[in-house]
Amino acid sequence: MVTLNSKIPEGPLAEKWSKYKSSMKLVNPANKKKLDIILVGTGLAGASAASSLGELGYNVKVFCFQDTPRRAHSVAAQGGINAAKNYKNDGDSVYRLFYDMIKGGDYRAREANVYRAAEVSNATIDQLTAQGVPFAREYGGTLDNRSFGGVQVSRTFYAKGQTGQQCILGAYSGLSRQVKNGTVKMFSRREMLELIIVDGKARGIITRNLITGEIERHSGHAVVLATGGYGTIYYLSTLAVNSNASAAWTAYKKGAFWGNPSFIQIHPSSIPVLNDYQAKLTLMSESLRNDGRVWAPKKKGDKRPANDIPEEERDYYLERRYPAYGNLVPRDVGSRAAKERCDAGYGVGDTGLAVNLDFKDAIAKQGKEAIEEKYGNLFEMYEKITGINPYEEPMRIYPAGHYTMGGLWVDYELMTTIPGLFAIGESNFSDHGANRLGASSLMQCSGDGYFIIPNTIGNYLADEIRTPKIPTDTHEFEEAEKAVKSKIEKLLSVNGRQTVTSFHKRLGKILWDYSGMTRNEEGLKKGLVLVDELEKEFWKDVKVPGTADELNQELEKAGRVADFFELAKLIITDGLNRRESCGAHFREESKTETGEAKRDDKNYSYVSVWEYKGKDKPPELHKEELNYEYVEVKVRDYK
Amino acid sequence: MNIKLKIWRQKNAKAKGKFEDYTLDDVSPEMSFLEMLDALNTKLIEEGGDPVAYDHDCREGICGCCSLYINGNPHGPGEKTTTCELHMRSFKDGQTLIVEPWRAKSFPVIKDLIVDRNAFDKIIVAGGFISVDAGSAPDSNSILAKKENADEAINSASCIGCGACVAACKNASAMLFVSAKISQLALLPQGKVEAMDRVNAMVARMDELGFGNCTNTYACEAECPKGIKITNIARMNREFFAAKVVG
Ligand SMILES: Cc1cc2nc3c(=O)[nH]c(=O)nc-3n(C[C@H](O)[C@H](O)[C@H](O)COP(=O)(O)OP(=O)(O)OC[C@H]3O[C@@H](n4cnc5c(N)ncnc54)[C@H](O)[C@@H]3O)c2cc1C
Ligand code: FES
Repeated sequence: MVTLNSKIPEGPLAEKWSKYKSSMKLVNPANKKKLDIILVGTGLAGASAASSLGELGYNVKVFCFQDTPRRAHSVAAQGGINAAKNYKNDGDSVYRLFYDMIKGGDYRAREANVYRAAEVSNATIDQLTAQGVPFAREYGGTLDNRSFGGVQVSRTFYAKGQTGQQCILGAYSGLSRQVKNGTVKMFSRREMLELIIVDGKARGIITRNLITGEIERHSGHAVVLATGGYGTIYYLSTLAVNSNASAAWTAYKKGAFWGNPSFIQIHPSSIPVLNDYQAKLTLMSESLRNDGRVWAPKKKGDKRPANDIPEEERDYYLERRYPAYGNLVPRDVGSRAAKERCDAGYGVGDTGLAVNLDFKDAIAKQGKEAIEEKYGNLFEMYEKITGINPYEEPMRIYPAGHYTMGGLWVDYELMTTIPGLFAIGESNFSDHGANRLGASSLMQCSGDGYFIIPNTIGNYLADEIRTPKIPTDTHEFEEAEKAVKSKIEKLLSVNGRQTVTSFHKRLGKILWDYSGMTRNEEGLKKGLVLVDELEKEFWKDVKVPGTADELNQELEKAGRVADFFELAKLIITDGLNRRESCGAHFREESKTETGEAKRDDKNYSYVSVWEYKGKDKPPELHKEELNYEYVEVKVRDYK
Repeated sequence: MNIKLKIWRQKNAKAKGKFEDYTLDDVSPEMSFLEMLDALNTKLIEEGGDPVAYDHDCREGICGCCSLYINGNPHGPGEKTTTCELHMRSFKDGQTLIVEPWRAKSFPVIKDLIVDRNAFDKIIVAGGFISVDAGSAPDSNSILAKKENADEAINSASCIGCGACVAACKNASAMLFVSAKISQLALLPQGKVEAMDRVNAMVARMDELGFGNCTNTYACEAECPKGIKITNIARMNREFFAAKVVG
């Protein structure tokens, strides 16, 4: 049996990272040139890692499935990126950022990792700024900040409503610079389909060239996954439609453990579902709640246009229930509060599954121009999709699947349970516990990439300097290639009647209904049966047109959805195991009298870490106990 | 709505392409353009046909994947709108829509509506960056930048790299794309150090890759889904000229 060793360095929290760095093993520049690193993913985590690892002199082979690294889904992040700069002189500090994240994550994240994430945040902002990211400025020329949910300081750096785009373009430019320097080799339109393990260590990957269909072998001394989140498992989510879990899933099936699969964040403010041919949901950034006020009518079933409902008949329910944080409560709390209103019959719009996000007061106070400067592109986006002008009418919003706190389990070095396989960014489970706070993912992704992995991977590779280039003509590559081809063959040969998308939609609906914003024992059990049945139907009746040796988007989708079925079962299994409410995981059986999440620290203060045991066998649960030495574990209260 | 489609079909880079006709009934005006194509693909798959390949990912106008001409316009009729943001309410019942991939020498067709835009990456590789290693950056507030410049830089930096500017230009020029990056970095103090080398390297690479010249038709600005201004080209020319003078 594998024992979980999180490898947290000894010593006081604030000194762990510097201690680690001063005692880790190093690889000298000449040896770095001889070491190959495979890096999958070019989002903010992957691109920043490519940039830093290239600067250090490693040979980095980078992969993404889009046509260029710059389009990775990080590009869609809107609101901002956190750092503990305390430029606002409002009492911020590394400790406070750490504390907010631990509390925001409902005491289900590992202290040491979270502290380090907060610690490197300042250097990350400096790096991005130096790379030319045009963060918003004050008139004096210094950087501006705004607030995000779940905190009481202003520590969020932003570039209009397109912070993710600007950050990733910064990291992509760093990556491009390394392409020019010859340290990074970019492989776009490639999909990783298998992980290669040689003598227990991660040594390469199998990819499919998405243009020609060719199956390719790539080897390295270490493999880093930066493959992002899988909120798309709900079909409708705020993610780019091609985001998926397959790379991480193949690692799981090869022995990497999966942490906290049931912790999936449902974001409170997305444009609601409008019709059933919709392919995705568009987020309306949390930053809008700096100025927008959320309300539902006080009268049940009030179908009057929002502007006709007088002030005294509006229920600003977040301000009412959570006076200390108001509209800026954390996401899990905000989402459930919206669901509660709508389930009780106070929702607006045709479906009744929406609430208002109103800028009337902010516009009256600050003027339309000020609002436009801060959120112009989001307002435009809203109008394009709905045809409604949010300067004149409140936006309508509803929760949507958004972010996966769970992911590949990693230790302090961001290494999975497979030696030499690392996971960074959203693809790991590391920093956000049971609920992520706004603007802390871009922060984690870039911190992981620029500053953490370049150090920790060296500690591993220092023992590999005598390992020659990993050959690709071995039976490990042979076997893996065979497995990939046979899965593709299998998908193409079903030749049934239903499209991949139709299955994906049905899977998403099952998960949303039984493993969404709230969950209960009976529903989860039912969900598990339904997913299983649907999966069987998929393998009997899916229709994947075309062939394996051409550009075939349906085949790409089919492979991803096939993996989603398996992952969905793990998500539900984890939800069933965790008979407590914490963060985004809300078990109806475990709530307070006022309807808030009720944790059970005595029995569940652990990371649930799942080990794959083979097809048709239940996964095995391991527990990483969480010990809080530096924060007092309390009931999370935003009232 | 009923929509008639003429779509460019091409099996791969080497094959000869041609337009095929399709008709779609029950198109809802609320559908996005890509959701309409999804509906067509569902129908094609169910009938045993070959679905239309097209690039898309974020479906909210930010990743720059989607890239089609609709009736001759890059990204269709909407102003400052990407194809994925376009809704069928922009079209009339019974209308015929001609859908094609970007047409430019430097963007060869890969399949159906998908083209290869790697040339853009190559231009960035040539010099579209600031040379700063992680760990060596100074505190962000030690480099002050004028708010107006920062605001203008972000306008230039809003480019999504979709290639509509090239597709719109009769010379298939990449000047709007290249100048937006050059302007962004030239407007910020941290980008000034390498400004001259950057403009020289990027312009040279752009020429090598077979993009055409700018003859000031303004078509790129008119079609840019992100409203990138042609004034960026003027700024690039100034930078380029200054680099040559010093040079
Ligand atoms: C709409 C939206 C808004 C957001 N706003 C914010 C915000 O304001 N602030 C914040 O902090 N966070 C925000 N987030 C969260 C944040 O954007 C993401 O968590 C983060 O960008 C993830 O980055 P990443 O590098 O881990 O992965 P991604 O950016 O998703 O990149 C994944 C990469 O992996 C590649 N990949 C995946 N699988 C494979 C495979 N099998 N083979 C080859 N390549 C593969 C992809 O091509 C891509 O390059 C937002 C998220 C969404 C959806
Ligand atoms: S799909 Fe991303 S911009 Fe259109």
